[in-house]
Amino acid sequence: MKGFDREKLQAFFAGHTDDDLVSWPNEVKMMDQFGLTCSEADELIMTSGFLPARYQRNRQMISTEQQLKLFKSQVAVVGCGGLGGYVIEELARLGVGHLRVIDPDVFTEHNLNRQLLATFDNLGASKVAAAIKRVQQINPAVCVDPRQVAIGLDNGVELLKGMDTVVDAIDNISGRLELAQLCSQLDITLVHGSVGGWFGQAGCIRPKQTTMHKLYPNPTADKGIESTFGTPSFTPALVGSLQSAAVCKILLAPGRLLDEGILAVDLLQMQFDNIPV
Amino acid sequence: MIKITVKLFASFQLGRFDRDIREYPSATTVGDVVRDLQIPAAEVGILLLNFVHVDLQRQLADGDSLSIFPLVGGG
Repeated sequence: MKGFDREKLQAFFAGHTDDDLVSWPNEVKMMDQFGLTCSEADELIMTSGFLPARYQRNRQMISTEQQLKLFKSQVAVVGCGGLGGYVIEELARLGVGHLRVIDPDVFTEHNLNRQLLATFDNLGASKVAAAIKRVQQINPAVCVDPRQVAIGLDNGVELLKGMDTVVDAIDNISGRLELAQLCSQLDITLVHGSVGGWFGQAGCIRPKQTTMHKLYPNPTADKGIESTFGTPSFTPALVGSLQSAAVCKILLAPGRLLDEGILAVDLLQMQFDNIPV
Repeated sequence: MIKITVKLFASFQLGRFDRDIREYPSATTVGDVVRDLQIPAAEVGILLLNFVHVDLQRQLADGDSLSIFPLVGGG
């Protein structure tokens, strides 16, 4: 953090807060006056006991202390397509401060039916670059660390080391099995999600749990029902949201974590089943 | 003959059923039921026998409840 006058900062808060909230125009003033980035301003506001006003609708669920914890958290989102787009959007709006986004692909036309980050303007552009752009528009305090690579056993340790949790938003089964192996090795809880057609599943996989091998027992299959059914807009939105809620709970530890089962979602019959693992 | 309650999930219900009580000869395996339902083995994901994970080779007993889920792998 840059050196500056703490007394001046306290005086600034005294004149630019409403209850304990700092509005966006005042945060911009603070950034200008003290030469701060948005991320630095957010941190100073919260460590001083105030809250950036854009988080005020979080606060009945998330205290300022917890909001600061989210801000200091690091989450890797592996895959920035259907699931990953929604997860990145929701974690950024929630206020998770550091997102490492990993995806080797660029947007193509068939992504437009469901992928939040896909737009006509960025067809042909990298998915991780679109993630940076989107997060900048919705929460500029969030640091996005883009990695335009396919994750595998060769590079996975370097990509995931130090993360508080990892989100599985990949689109192939072999990648998911490798991701589970990497997270187990690094002692990181993995938030699994997958979709196909009207159907999806989500759950948390603690290190050493063998859940992924139970979900995908056939090592030769790399695709599931999604290769037959495709995927509409709402299935990844739902499953991605289940994953975002799981990340929030892993980081802040309230409520019950979905780690003793996988939630299987059937939007055709509107049936939700908790499968024991 | 043995009676098995078979529950199908997600796309496996399409053109089949969601829950059915079916009769099979004794010594029938999970794989035999999957073949009988014309489900390609490569598409099978989770198999639960009385809420416990099993594989296709597991032999069934009278009164068992078998749940069959497809692979869901999209992102």
